[in-house]
Amino acid sequence: MRMVTKKLLKQITLFAENKPGRLASATKILSENGINVRAFTIADSGEFGIIRFVVDDADASLRHLRRAGFSVSETKVIGLEIPDTPGALFEISRALSDNDINIDYAYAYTSATPNKAILILQASDLKKAAGLLTELGFHLIESSP
Amino acid sequence: MEYWNPKVERLSADELKQLQERKLRRLVENAYEYSSFYKKRFAAAGVSPHDIRSLEDIQQLPFTHKTDLRDTYPTGMFSVPQSQIVRFHVSSGTTGVPTVVGYSANDIDVWTTCLARSLTACGLGRGDVVQVAYAYGLFTGGLGLHYGVEEIGAAVLPVGAGTTTRQINLMKDLGTTAIACTPSYLLHIGEVAESMNIDIASQTRLRAGILGAEPWSLESRTRIEQNLGIKAYDIYGTSEMSGPLFTECSAQNGIHAWADHFLIEIVDDYGGPVEEGEKGELVVTTLSKEALPLIRYKMGDITSLVWEECECGRTHPRIMRIQGRVDDMIVVRGVNVFPSQIESVLMQIPEVGDHFQIVVDRAGPMDVMAVKIEVTESTLSDRVGALMQLEERVAKQLRDVLMVNAKVELVERGTLPRSSGKSQKVIDLRQI
Repeated sequence: MRMVTKKLLKQITLFAENKPGRLASATKILSENGINVRAFTIADSGEFGIIRFVVDDADASLRHLRRAGFSVSETKVIGLEIPDTPGALFEISRALSDNDINIDYAYAYTSATPNKAILILQASDLKKAAGLLTELGFHLIESSP
Repeated sequence: MEYWNPKVERLSADELKQLQERKLRRLVENAYEYSSFYKKRFAAAGVSPHDIRSLEDIQQLPFTHKTDLRDTYPTGMFSVPQSQIVRFHVSSGTTGVPTVVGYSANDIDVWTTCLARSLTACGLGRGDVVQVAYAYGLFTGGLGLHYGVEEIGAAVLPVGAGTTTRQINLMKDLGTTAIACTPSYLLHIGEVAESMNIDIASQTRLRAGILGAEPWSLESRTRIEQNLGIKAYDIYGTSEMSGPLFTECSAQNGIHAWADHFLIEIVDDYGGPVEEGEKGELVVTTLSKEALPLIRYKMGDITSLVWEECECGRTHPRIMRIQGRVDDMIVVRGVNVFPSQIESVLMQIPEVGDHFQIVVDRAGPMDVMAVKIEVTESTLSDRVGALMQLEERVAKQLRDVLMVNAKVELVERGTLPRSSGKSQKVIDLRQI
């Protein structure tokens, strides 16, 4: 396969025990430091949750959350700008499945660009997925200002 | 190879045993004559001093226990008049009445000499800076180490139980080469140093830890040594014996128990002797102590004793790694479980952090045991499944060793208790 420059997006991954107030205290830190959360999702095991954030300043978020004592790390994901129109998601998921790539999780938010949405994807083979989607002409974002 | 007192430290095993026999006879005679406590005890057991001729005869003498010290609070087991006491230490009494230990001037000398030999065996001496981070005061750790360090001509930095950032700053600024504290506190110091952006291995002169006052595993040792770039030596001794006394030597293979001052036995559940090298409960007889002599005092620590000459050339017997305490053993579904076994399994799994806690509870008629471990930055995955797999993998390895199920729970970093004293590793919520 031809080498393509793969742009990946930094996601903040935060571990939280399943008890009230954890999301509130984490987002409080972010808000106090003027960080804007573009999108987030929570996955849970019943006993603990993994909160994933896309923010406008990933490095600063990581620094502030770490200093406040949170269990937090940085994860690379694909941030994909897609047209806010029927069929876009189908095209992406078909391309990945045709190439035997599994989607581990996905979430989305509306882009600042009119009629565009940003899809956040984590895949079994992230680099291969990023290469494939770039070749298909999708725009991969590296940051989410 | 440096020795503090090469002649004594390298006496042959036979010479040591002859010396012990002589001192034991004198100890028993004196206890019978000057201590009403021991006189009554011997009478109740039907033994008199002239029954004790050889070392083996010690088995005729009754055991003593911590409860005896409590029952005779404050000074009922002392064997010298108050005018000969030069110092007291008092145990915290977290489990009941405090225990009081008294020292004659000679007791302090023996204690200091024992530590001078031990610290020398750890490679310390003139030119070293030893930071004593054990508490000073009624606890024996601080003052005991303090005098031992001065005796060998090293500089003592008596921080005591100070704040952790202060410990780290002083360590850096004064060129500390060795620190004496609990192993869990040193791990905590390592974490705090990291958050201060100080790398102990490269930015300080620290090269040795004298670590004790709580049980710790070999795997914890490896971790401390690798994280901090030091040698971690085990130290043993309790307030009843005087305080911290014995350490490992450079071979790090057992703690040299100075046999000219202390007679160590290992006994089984029924109080009978075990074969050399077999596991059992540590029993101590103090051969030189005047103020508060102990005869067959049951320590509650589980270990073994080896008389074979050490590769360092010292001939005194070695107390092998303490494997747990008789009283910190937890029985889960009828199976004996020691926190040290759990620690040993956890520390072999690189993804598991340095701290853990065991919670035992009852669900209906069944015991349930949970082992809580902290998520570290390197463990943390954005996939829930990966973390659940880690929990399962740790649970399986625990089950293989403990022969009982443990539920593994990941918790947020920094949430399990750390303390500069004995760390609280087991919480038993069972109401029986």
